[in-house]
Amino acid sequence: MNSADGSAPWDLFGYFADHRAEVLDLLWAHTWLSVLPVVIGLLVAFPIGWLARRYRWAYPPVVSVSGLLYTIPSLALFVVMPTVLGTQILDPLNVVAALTLYTVALLVRVVADGLAAVPDDAVQAATAMGFTRLQRLRTVELPLAVPVIAAGLRVAMVANVSLVAIAATIGIPQLGQLFITGFQLSVTGPYYPPIVLGIVLCVALALLLDRLIVLGARLVTPWQRVSAAR
Amino acid sequence: MIRFDAVSKAYPDGTVAVDELSLTAPSGQITVLVGPSGCGKTTSLRMVNRMVEPTSGTITIDDRDVTSVSATDLRRGIGYVIQHAGLFPHRTVVDNVATVPLLTGSGRRQARSRAIELMELVGLPASFADRYPAQLSGGQQQRVGVARALAADPPVMLMDEPFSAVDPVVRDQLQQEFLRLQGELGKTILFVTHDIDEAIRLGDRVAVLAVGGRLAQLATPADLLATPADPFVAGFVGRDRGYRALGFVSAEVAVAAEPTVVLGSPVARAHDVAVDDWVLVVDDGELPQGWLHLRAHPDGGPGPAPGDPVTPDLLNLGGTLSPLGGTLREALDAALSSPSGRGVVVDEDGRLIGSVRAGTVLEHLHAATADPSARVRP
Repeated sequence: MNSADGSAPWDLFGYFADHRAEVLDLLWAHTWLSVLPVVIGLLVAFPIGWLARRYRWAYPPVVSVSGLLYTIPSLALFVVMPTVLGTQILDPLNVVAALTLYTVALLVRVVADGLAAVPDDAVQAATAMGFTRLQRLRTVELPLAVPVIAAGLRVAMVANVSLVAIAATIGIPQLGQLFITGFQLSVTGPYYPPIVLGIVLCVALALLLDRLIVLGARLVTPWQRVSAAR
Repeated sequence: MIRFDAVSKAYPDGTVAVDELSLTAPSGQITVLVGPSGCGKTTSLRMVNRMVEPTSGTITIDDRDVTSVSATDLRRGIGYVIQHAGLFPHRTVVDNVATVPLLTGSGRRQARSRAIELMELVGLPASFADRYPAQLSGGQQQRVGVARALAADPPVMLMDEPFSAVDPVVRDQLQQEFLRLQGELGKTILFVTHDIDEAIRLGDRVAVLAVGGRLAQLATPADLLATPADPFVAGFVGRDRGYRALGFVSAEVAVAAEPTVVLGSPVARAHDVAVDDWVLVVDDGELPQGWLHLRAHPDGGPGPAPGDPVTPDLLNLGGTLSPLGGTLREALDAALSSPSGRGVVVDEDGRLIGSVRAGTVLEHLHAATADPSARVRP
């Protein structure tokens, strides 16, 4: 398998055929390591974003702090996490926690801006008709903030798919592992198939998850697609 | 009945939005709050449903303090209409209208059928039920807004510049239908506008507020025009108030017979009956079509040839129509706008009754001012 023509970049299919079970395991690990932080991150970011919107004075500090979080190098965060959380260095939880932090950093602002984009007339009308604050949030503000929040989720999701790969350097198995394998097998000359396969699968996964968010957002916002008819 | 008792609203920075406001909005009537921006009219309105809490004073609805129930319960019993309608863009028209019934626990099917009834009441076809607000024109959205406010059949309605954001033609139509609706429903309405003409047209009583939230005058529209309480009110009511006041005087003016020709008959026949070279043209059903001028055009061209038929393109459409039993304003406007100087008077089906001249209207006005009982609401 390490023959000269077997190292051509397009032999990724051959590599996949030979390592099918292993690659699928990596793909699955990559998927949940990417998705789980986005889900948790949204749940954490929502109340923070809501507070930043509700109390205007909180918006500037919250947005700057969350922006700063994003400047911490991911590798550093992966390495520091076990100390902070008291976990083993190889625990995937470290990756989930670190990426959740990034997602929160990204989504706090998105949630606050999404809620700010809800037409004030609609909020006023809801209040005047006797919605409680929670009813108003759930049935008026949240649905109307979906387009903005979904756009932010797409960015967070795609960013996570690429950030997860870095965790391979600290030994957490996922698609990034294929790059390390490719590097280790490049003894006499470059050995491309696992590297190219890793890139292709990462891109495909990112595209798929992105489409899923777009599709989900479309399903819950039928009102966005009506044409303004007069 | 909505009653303000010495209600004030001051903000922490010292701005006084409303200053010791006391007024009563009687049950079943439209009370209009009108004034320039910064006069606290919207603040006053929003204190009724507690979207703004007063600094001092009390507001009661039918003698119950508005603070005696929770704000949400209070609001569910008060219809609220705002500028731009404030519809929920993510809900269909029928769901928008059914908002409050659904909120208060009505069944879905019941709320929906009630919503469709209300849509018909405000002049929207039931086929609009499943559209989204973005698919409606501004005027249609505002109708949905009114239907939504009526959905829980609240005895009290608050309306904040509901017709300000639509074009004048649609506004006129909405105002007219609003008065018709109120004639049927008899709600207790507090209505805010910055437009004195709208206030005079819609209000049973009009409260003029001055900047700083001071009540300058509370009066019927006719009294407001006839006897402004102070220079501020006089200035705010505006220049044409003498003319506008005629809108509150009924016009039982003697109507003179008006000779006519029927559309399509020869111009020669018009020559036989014309007065001052002008003749009124009607259709087969006696509906006025316009005025025909028999002299040469001012630009030097010849007048219509006697052998030609009278066609619509020969007609001057300048004159307005005055309904029989309308107001002096309508009668005078018909006379002043008519190219012949003779205002066309029609019955309720739009058929010709005769004509009035401006001089006749003014003579009638002298008689009417001597007898105040001739004053009516339009």
